[in-house]
Amino acid sequence: MTILAKHAMYKAAYDAVKNMGIEPLSVRFDDVLSPTEGVLAGKKTILLGTNNYLGLTFDPACIEKSIEATKHQGTGTTGSRIANGSYDGHLRLEQDLAKFYGRKHAMVFTTGYQANLGVLSTLVGRGDHLMLDADSHASIYDGSRLGHAEVIRFRHNNPDDLYKRLRRLEGVPGDKLIVVEGIYSMLGDTAPLKEIAHVKRETGACLLVDEAHSLGVLGETGRGLAEAVGVEADVDFIVGTFSKSLGSVGGFCVSDNPDFDVMRLVSRPYMFTASLPPGVIASTIEALRQMQARPQLRADLMRNAHRLHDGLTALGFETGPEANPIVAVVMPNQEIAVAFWKMLLESGVYLNLAVPPATPTNQPLLRSSVSAAHTIQQIDTAIEAFGHVGRQLGILSADKRRAGVAN
Amino acid sequence: MDVSSRSMRDDIASIFEQVLNRPVQITDETDIVEDLGMDSLGVMNFVMAIEDFYDISIPLDRISQVQTVGDLIQAVEELRKGA
Repeated sequence: MTILAKHAMYKAAYDAVKNMGIEPLSVRFDDVLSPTEGVLAGKKTILLGTNNYLGLTFDPACIEKSIEATKHQGTGTTGSRIANGSYDGHLRLEQDLAKFYGRKHAMVFTTGYQANLGVLSTLVGRGDHLMLDADSHASIYDGSRLGHAEVIRFRHNNPDDLYKRLRRLEGVPGDKLIVVEGIYSMLGDTAPLKEIAHVKRETGACLLVDEAHSLGVLGETGRGLAEAVGVEADVDFIVGTFSKSLGSVGGFCVSDNPDFDVMRLVSRPYMFTASLPPGVIASTIEALRQMQARPQLRADLMRNAHRLHDGLTALGFETGPEANPIVAVVMPNQEIAVAFWKMLLESGVYLNLAVPPATPTNQPLLRSSVSAAHTIQQIDTAIEAFGHVGRQLGILSADKRRAGVAN
Repeated sequence: MDVSSRSMRDDIASIFEQVLNRPVQITDETDIVEDLGMDSLGVMNFVMAIEDFYDISIPLDRISQVQTVGDLIQAVEELRKGA
């Protein structure tokens, strides 16, 4: 018995998967060849679970800028911005983000996780009310605990349930903040943001949207779901990350709130951590520029998203409700999910195995995310592999396939 | 235990039965997770059904203090009083 014995149930669950002959957490790439290809156990593998939506991790200009900044300013800042000061790149990236979103203010955090921790814990505190979608990302739940606000969950993507809960708080003192995500990371479904914005206006609450998976993916210029559904004016704060469409690491928040900069004095996850290294900042600035200059990336991404979603649905698989770059396939049980994941890997396709409680329902998921950099051939190879494994495991009946095609 | 919490226990039992889709026997000492074998998703669905029934919202920190049916009855009573 050690001090960590209290987590034995998690280890037991992991061991159960391990005993089936695989270790999802020990996948080690010998090499990564491109945004869409890696080498696993000496074999070329299609990467279909990386959130690398625009495929910018290998963009020559992004790499060049990163090298240049590292050579000029070193590998790290070795401290926080309040203690060690900001580099010009931190300020430049904040200006670029504010301009891109058409907002007055922007703030950069060291990770997307810390952006949610830092913003949520600062916007609401003791005596305030935080209204979270029940399927919120872990960083939102963790951020909600850091600020001591009263946390109330509403049913996933259910504006009526949100309204009901805000109505119960009518006349209760304290600020109210609604938090939703542009695209939910497990099933790839979007928030009903128009309706949520309506609830926000009716009730006088504040609205924060986490566009982690929708930046560079949704909206005419890639600003996310709020742009796509035309409610940017109702969104008080947008949080996002650099680690998906922008191909690096880091997080941010943008807003028009006139008191925004006070967050730099009170947001502990911003203040007490080292700032992003110059090389990361430089590639992110370039990726943000390319994202705006190359709308074709978004078109290619959505073409691939539709192709994979429609292809898997036609085979008879149960997929998420919308064709977005996250395409999740619902598995009947954990044994089949693990076997399916392993067989896909053996046939050269890597994606994410997600099991409860990380999934929104009690069912395990095979979660893939497509990239603008995937070729049509790669997408088709993945669909073929899915069909092959599905038939081998006997979870694709001929009837189901016909029904899928008829749809 | 007064009359209102006895009937509240009956109401809670029927909500449990709806969520779990099977008959349950509960007392104030029944442990919601251990005795009824609910997973985290089951607990969330159950809490939301309770919230609908009593027209209240139970904040997350209050839910984490609830272990038994008796704790739940107390939390619901306090929230209904606006405590």
